[in-house]
Amino acid sequence: MLAYLLRRLVLSVVVLLGLTVLVFAMVNLSGDPVRLLLPPDASAAEVARFRTAMGFDDPLPVRYARFLSHAVRLDFGASIQLRDPALGLVLERMPATLTLAGLAVAAAVLIGVPLGVLTALRRNTAWDTTITSLALVGQSTPVFWVGVMSILLFAVQLRWLPSSGSGSWQHLILPVGTLTLFLLGGLVRVTRTSMLEVLDRAYVRTATAKGQLRRLVVWKHAFRNAMIPVVTQIGLQMRFVIGGSVITEQVFAWPGLGRLLVNAVYARDYPVVEAGVFLIALALIVVNTLVDLSYLWLNPKVSLA
Amino acid sequence: MRGRTLLRWWANPRSKVALLVLLPVLAAALLAPLYPVSPTAQDLRTTLAPPGTTSATGALYLLGTDELGRDLTARLLHGLRASVTVGATALALALLVGTTLGLLAGWFGGWIDAVVTGATETLMTLPFILLAIAVIGAVGASTQVLILTLGLTGWVSFAKLVRAKTFELRDEEFVQAAHALGVRTPGTLLRHVLPNVAPWLLVDGTLQFGALVLAEAGLSFLGLGVPPPTPTLGGILAGGQVFLAVAWWIATLPGLVLLTLVLAINVLGDTLRDAAAP
Repeated sequence: MLAYLLRRLVLSVVVLLGLTVLVFAMVNLSGDPVRLLLPPDASAAEVARFRTAMGFDDPLPVRYARFLSHAVRLDFGASIQLRDPALGLVLERMPATLTLAGLAVAAAVLIGVPLGVLTALRRNTAWDTTITSLALVGQSTPVFWVGVMSILLFAVQLRWLPSSGSGSWQHLILPVGTLTLFLLGGLVRVTRTSMLEVLDRAYVRTATAKGQLRRLVVWKHAFRNAMIPVVTQIGLQMRFVIGGSVITEQVFAWPGLGRLLVNAVYARDYPVVEAGVFLIALALIVVNTLVDLSYLWLNPKVSLA
Repeated sequence: MRGRTLLRWWANPRSKVALLVLLPVLAAALLAPLYPVSPTAQDLRTTLAPPGTTSATGALYLLGTDELGRDLTARLLHGLRASVTVGATALALALLVGTTLGLLAGWFGGWIDAVVTGATETLMTLPFILLAIAVIGAVGASTQVLILTLGLTGWVSFAKLVRAKTFELRDEEFVQAAHALGVRTPGTLLRHVLPNVAPWLLVDGTLQFGALVLAEAGLSFLGLGVPPPTPTLGGILAGGQVFLAVAWWIATLPGLVLLTLVLAINVLGDTLRDAAAP
């Protein structure tokens, strides 16, 4: 157990180190970073002054060591656009993204898990075929199109809801709904597969053979065991939640992390991009480690050592 | 793929429906340059025209025009072409990288396996879009960068699949026999291991193709994909969002094209999987 935790920790550090190398290499090897950091109309004198001031004259390993020592302390420098510390800007946007993603994950679980169980119990009936097909359609639909179509229907045509921005609960409905639909298809399919697998296991068939009530068999024996891979899956799919959130935020001008990052890329505000990418990667690595541990806790039969 | 598997696949009516939709869409993508109207030609007297409009000069805009009076039919065809080409090129790159690394990791084990597994685990934790933002934020958006980013992040599932299958096959008698008879390692891998992994690569590759097309569309929507003036489905949609209240067709139609393409690909992948593992 301890050995596993240690291995996991080492791997996480390696992953993060790899990411620093990637980010550093990309800024420094893909052209002149000074040109990248300064506006295109900067004069030659300004460029030279900036180069000396920022230490861009030093050799690459020295610069990487400096970058790393800053990154470890989560110091990514000041935003080029806004001059505030990049980390602060990123943290400021965190709650908006967490609200959007948290509500969408909760809604997707509340709708998707029961639907998945239903399709597994009514296997090969009209219910199963319809819901499974709709789930596949959902997985094939671009998330930004769902968002834009929901704006067309509910904001432009019906005028029930605001088309973008934030501030009231009405502003939440369309972005959360869009992200929920994005996550729903996959969740239904994972739950269905997992439930079907468990229903076919010996202990479930034994319970049925013993003459236990169908309802008891389904909920006590099958459902709880089927949920283990589903929970793992939800944790592992966090990267899709973040990916979907970046696009959803852009559609609805939702003031979250994703929108900040995309705008930072447009503005070539590299410190903000670095800080954002780093913090999200860190959060995802922590979540994934926690999911692995929860797996251990949910199913004592699993030994990770 | 073996004959019986192929027959089982063909017996499924969904396979035929998927092909019936997919083949014309792919043909439209390939033949897009033959469409007589340029996707970038502007007709400033016929802007934001609804589908079916005939301009003063007698040109028919079957699917309408955008804010610069550009023919949406031509733009959608060329956007579809960009989606399919970028998706297919990225898929080829991902297949090449993933299969090679998977074969090496599964066959040799040891430190090669440790490195490949570490890399796959890393990439599986991070959202693709985040990596794309990091890369494109530094290097700038271009078609080559887009294909490289998609290809060099999309190989993970192939590597995992091929590694697991190679690991299993390594101890099979026919593989051991080839080895004992003096067939060199590359020959064994290519002639005895790879053909047995191929059906699974076909299933996984089909599903991955759909995912790559959607990823490309998402990046284009964010303005991080193929740069203008080349039309992309995601880019047309993003441009149309501004005109949603006056010209619904600009944002609606590219999404329908994408949905048709990706749904057909995913149904095909599903039927292939059902046939390969009944």
